[in-house]
Amino acid sequence: MTNVARPRHQAGRWRQRAATAVFLLPTSFWYFLLLVVPLGILLVFSVGERAPQGGYAPGFTLANFAHLPTRSVAFTNTLFLAAGGTVLCLLVGYPLAYYLATRAGSKKTFLLVLVIVPFWTSFLIRTYAWLTILGSTGVPALLENLGFGKVVLLNTPLAVMIGIVYNYLPLMVFPLYVSLERLDKRLLEASKDLGAARWRTFRQVTLPLTLPGVLSGVVLVFIPIMGEYLIPALLGGGRVFFVGNALVDAFLQSRNWPFGSAMAIGLIFIVLIAVALYLRVGSRGQVRRDISLV
Amino acid sequence: MSSQPGSTTAGRPARGGGARTGLDVAGRWVDRIFRGEAIAIYIFLYVPIALVVIFSFNAGERTGELRGLSLRWYQKALADDFALGALRNSLLVGFWTALIATTLGTMAALAVNRAARPIRVVLEAVTYVAIIIPGIVIAIATLIFYVNFFAWLNPWLQYAWTSMGLGTAPVIQSGLHTIIGAHVVFTMAIVFVLVRARLSGMDRALVEASADLYATPWRTLRQVTLPQLRPAILAGALLSFTFSFDDYIIASFVQGPGQPTLPLFVFGSIRRGITPQVNAIASLILLVTLTALAVVYLVFRRQSQQSSRVPDEVPDDVPDSPAVVLTSGHR
Repeated sequence: MTNVARPRHQAGRWRQRAATAVFLLPTSFWYFLLLVVPLGILLVFSVGERAPQGGYAPGFTLANFAHLPTRSVAFTNTLFLAAGGTVLCLLVGYPLAYYLATRAGSKKTFLLVLVIVPFWTSFLIRTYAWLTILGSTGVPALLENLGFGKVVLLNTPLAVMIGIVYNYLPLMVFPLYVSLERLDKRLLEASKDLGAARWRTFRQVTLPLTLPGVLSGVVLVFIPIMGEYLIPALLGGGRVFFVGNALVDAFLQSRNWPFGSAMAIGLIFIVLIAVALYLRVGSRGQVRRDISLV
Repeated sequence: MSSQPGSTTAGRPARGGGARTGLDVAGRWVDRIFRGEAIAIYIFLYVPIALVVIFSFNAGERTGELRGLSLRWYQKALADDFALGALRNSLLVGFWTALIATTLGTMAALAVNRAARPIRVVLEAVTYVAIIIPGIVIAIATLIFYVNFFAWLNPWLQYAWTSMGLGTAPVIQSGLHTIIGAHVVFTMAIVFVLVRARLSGMDRALVEASADLYATPWRTLRQVTLPQLRPAILAGALLSFTFSFDDYIIASFVQGPGQPTLPLFVFGSIRRGITPQVNAIASLILLVTLTALAVVYLVFRRQSQQSSRVPDEVPDDVPDSPAVVLTSGHR
């Protein structure tokens, strides 16, 4: 019996291993060819030189990185507007998530879906919508008729900020809602019974317990804004530009691929720092238990 | 204004004495502020979309000025071969991206826990990189790769063709397939994460029971595992399609000559000057997306009702947003 069973068992194990390999191979190959190798090439290009007619010429120089400060406006724009947009999303989104999770009653699922539906519609169209609203025939004309004088909204940092909050708010509300929903409401009752005022309950019970959701929301919003291109391109009109716009410029217009690669590496670097910070803060104490980026 | 809340308070029987009533009034005001904020946000979210649709019926030449209603821009949009071609391209790219990403991502998620530890760790790490890296960086990196790859490949093809006496070799260049290739990179990562999250929440006992009942691994996969994974797989497919259909930046880098996707076409039209035709196209896209969403929502709802499950507080079966992807590890 054992003599027969053993080879069969081993054959089964081999078959299982082969199946595992077959299942993993396509994905690994795709990742390798279209993510790992391209990022490697990007790294190589970033220390190369610009070919005379544009593109890439082999070389080893750190000049591209040394030149990054020439585009520092793009980097500071990106950082400031991404940070500001994230904070604004949080300030606008938290009360809404709180309302949905604690006060919306039976309609809350429906209302949550309603927040998220715009996120499923085209990003480009949502941004385009603001182009008309903020354009000269939109809100500025309205304000002028009301006697506010001439107002320019389009192609300002404010326009970009509005676009950011509009597009990313759902991403912020969702994790906030999840953490508020899971909050043990008895703790709030207890806090109330112990005589804490509303604001104090919020500050000492609700907010600390939903901090994981806040953190998830902040990361979910901040990271994609860092790579934003469309919003500044449409609502910033070349006057307010992000690293993404500078990248498009470097690759498709001035065709300085090595410099563009260096900028892309810089962008990756900032995003990685943000993620590392998030993981570090997240790993502190109890917070860790409840959150994870993916 | 202020007399109304007072009168309603007075109308209610005050049960808990003066202090309690005072608190309730404050509570009601807090309620009102929250509700007001919520209403304001819904207006903020939906008015721009509504305006896009309204201006699509504009009879005038310019989007911002409403001059009577007409369907002329819809007629023009639907007769525009470029727009229709772009739509066709987008549907193709979205379909193939969703199909490939869902298949490969699910396969990898099913097998990854059986792989050796180093392989698993590397695959997880690369997946996270694929998700967090900005789309623009993926766009640039894949563009550089394609350019170099084609520059290397085409001479070889030419050599092979001529040495076999086949004449001129086909020149491989960018097109819809290059867009699909780049889209699959990160949509596959999303499917992988979603399916794995669902797998980890699955009851292992069922798989073991299936094996005990002499089902082959293949049969267990088909009849036990996959049905349980269906919500995650569907959500992954839907997300992949939406991301792909919606993507502008990656497509703008790796597109082939004369084969724009719909976002590329729309962006180009906006740049050329805004006419209500853009609004008409946008409205049609909205209509299609919202219909698809409603259908998916109803299907998911029916499924969760069939499995006699009360809808969760957090509807984890409803594919909500990419947030689900990034927060699905919560469970």
